[in-house]
Amino acid sequence: MSKILIRNGHIIDPANQRDSVGDIYIAAGKIVAVDRAPDGFTANHEIDAKGCWVFPGIVDLCAHLREPGQEHKGTIASETKAAASAGITTLCMPPDTQPIIDTPAVVELIHQRTEAAGQSRVVTLGALTVGLAGEHLSEMVQLKKAGCVGMTNLDHPINDSKVIRRAMEYAASNDITIFFNAEDDDLAGHGCAHEGLVSTRLGLAGIPETAETLAVSRKLMLIEQTGVRAHFCQLSSARAVQMIKRAQYDGLPVTADVSAHQLHLTEMDIGYFDSNCHVLPPLRTQRDRDGLRKGLQEGTISVICSNHQPHDRDAKLAPFGETEPGISALETLLPLSLRLVEDNILNRSNVIAQLTSNPAAILNLKTGSLSVGHAADVCIYDPELRWTLIESEMLSQGHNTPFIGWEFHGRVRQTLVDGKIIFSR
Amino acid sequence: MKDQDIQLDREGRLRHFLTIDGLKRQTLVDILDTAENFSTVGSQSVKKVPLLRGKTIINLFFEASTRTRTTFELAAKRLSADVLNINISTSSASKGESLLDMLQNFEAMYCDMFVVRHQTSGAAHFIAEHVAPHISVINAGDGSHAHPTQGMLDMFTIRRHKKEFHNLSVAIVGDILHSRVARSQIHALNILGVPDIRVIGPDTLIPQNADSLGVRVHHNVQEGLRGVDVVIMLRLQRERMTGALLPSEKEYFHCYGLTQEKLTLAKPDAIVMHPGPINRGVEIESSVADGPQSVILEQVTNGIAVRMAIMSMTLGRSPGGDKDGT
Repeated sequence: MSKILIRNGHIIDPANQRDSVGDIYIAAGKIVAVDRAPDGFTANHEIDAKGCWVFPGIVDLCAHLREPGQEHKGTIASETKAAASAGITTLCMPPDTQPIIDTPAVVELIHQRTEAAGQSRVVTLGALTVGLAGEHLSEMVQLKKAGCVGMTNLDHPINDSKVIRRAMEYAASNDITIFFNAEDDDLAGHGCAHEGLVSTRLGLAGIPETAETLAVSRKLMLIEQTGVRAHFCQLSSARAVQMIKRAQYDGLPVTADVSAHQLHLTEMDIGYFDSNCHVLPPLRTQRDRDGLRKGLQEGTISVICSNHQPHDRDAKLAPFGETEPGISALETLLPLSLRLVEDNILNRSNVIAQLTSNPAAILNLKTGSLSVGHAADVCIYDPELRWTLIESEMLSQGHNTPFIGWEFHGRVRQTLVDGKIIFSR
Repeated sequence: MKDQDIQLDREGRLRHFLTIDGLKRQTLVDILDTAENFSTVGSQSVKKVPLLRGKTIINLFFEASTRTRTTFELAAKRLSADVLNINISTSSASKGESLLDMLQNFEAMYCDMFVVRHQTSGAAHFIAEHVAPHISVINAGDGSHAHPTQGMLDMFTIRRHKKEFHNLSVAIVGDILHSRVARSQIHALNILGVPDIRVIGPDTLIPQNADSLGVRVHHNVQEGLRGVDVVIMLRLQRERMTGALLPSEKEYFHCYGLTQEKLTLAKPDAIVMHPGPINRGVEIESSVADGPQSVILEQVTNGIAVRMAIMSMTLGRSPGGDKDGT
């Protein structure tokens, strides 16, 4: 079994309050020691990480990998490879595959494909209702046994409040976390942009802020009643952040994340119908963007995710409202997050926690830290490497991103999963 | 992000005509002046000028239209261009061919201009971004976004009656939210320096942040019409009745329909405009639509000259300039 020594890196391991230079010893796929070599340890591979940051591999709470069912947009092999190159070692995949993840068989298929790809890990969220149709509860216990780390109905509506309540009760009694996308389907309608200045100017069907806040408040009431552990995915409005903050203050078991692009873009970036800025939930106002940043600063939002949605070229080649929403976002998750550190908006150690230990805790996974005994999922990052996002250099099958041409300061040099170097630059 | 001046060439001249938003005042004035020069062509015995002889223009209509398509066709023919009308709802769109594939096929037929009407906001920009560089695109209405030639013909009609823009009060009444016509009019009125632009309608038909467009919102029609020089009535689409936007046509007419009585609140010499087609008894009373203050049919006539002006300018020729073959 190979033994690896990562020498002289600046270790940033928020879970262990570590933020200083040191050495990491890896054997049999696990971290066996930090700083002091265990007795009799001789490395058969040494990585000189001088000048680099060494932190736990990133845990991405939401990445649509498109397989099974939409392999023309992305495959587990292509997207886990892109993830590895971006320092992401665990991807959490929502259930909107074809077939939908509502039976253990689909979970098994995904695990097999992930293993065959040999890149980053993939964990799955199961469908909260059968076929995401919002009517019958899925076999959550079976799905959990098969490996699902939580349940979600994504943005597929559950119109019957009784069904949501029952789903919450059932999940709560089986110690399952529910992931909610907060969107009121009726208010969102066929909207494709935030209802505001830009939708008014461009004549685009708008999605009002209340589509999010109404859905959050409806769910919070039921969470309070049922006691289910709930995670709100990809908040987009400052008001919703305030509501979550209040709920946390009241002691409700709720957490929340935000996708990295929401921290940088606003409705204005749509310009004249840039379909790469067609995302759901929509890009909102600068006040909302600042509210989301503040949510991270204050800890109301504890996770930054990619909400990766790779698309084939045709999916974005149509008039704005007819294009498919989403950004191919794995390769910009870390750079966009660390840019907020560079701009003195967020604290470095907190950002690393928001990308590693915090999401791992929500998924209840033994990863996201460099603790001795944990799997050696490690990201080695060179803060001095300058680079520009170029379409032809993207590893994801989807090149749909509004960040093409953005310049970044710092880049992943090596990524390890289970003590194996899966990416090296 | 994306180039925002896609409709202008490097010298700042019109290459496409997609939206009035962002254009310079001088460009609008040039269009109006050029249209003024063309306005006599229709009353000559030979109703043609050879400015666009040898050019091929394709009218691509993804949405039904009579007035707009006909006046575009007439405008093109009076400029001596060859015109092809393609009604896409009966064509390949229903066979699942993508918009781009369809455009590439037309490009392969060596055409020079697309006049496009489409049900989706942004369609004209999308097409302009993807056509071959020698092709001009004219937006004949895209979703709720823009209908810039309609906006310009309305400005032309206003200028003919009121001469100047800087002292006018203009009221636009009806479904602003879904109206591409209203958006184009509002941009044009602002650029041309109209100091008082009002939109009148219930909140269900007024877009969020409407004031950001440079208008004042009135919910009360009596208040909104007081002292205006121009009243623009918008067509109320029947399908709006289903989306819980309005209780009924009857109530709408009661609150917002333009009657002789309400019109007396405007200035005595106020003109009444409507982009057509009219719903008599829904947004406007027949006696007003056919009355002495109505310029609704003039708008249609003016549409030809204004579209001739825009077509000739985007294809790089104006009557005062490079007169190919005259």
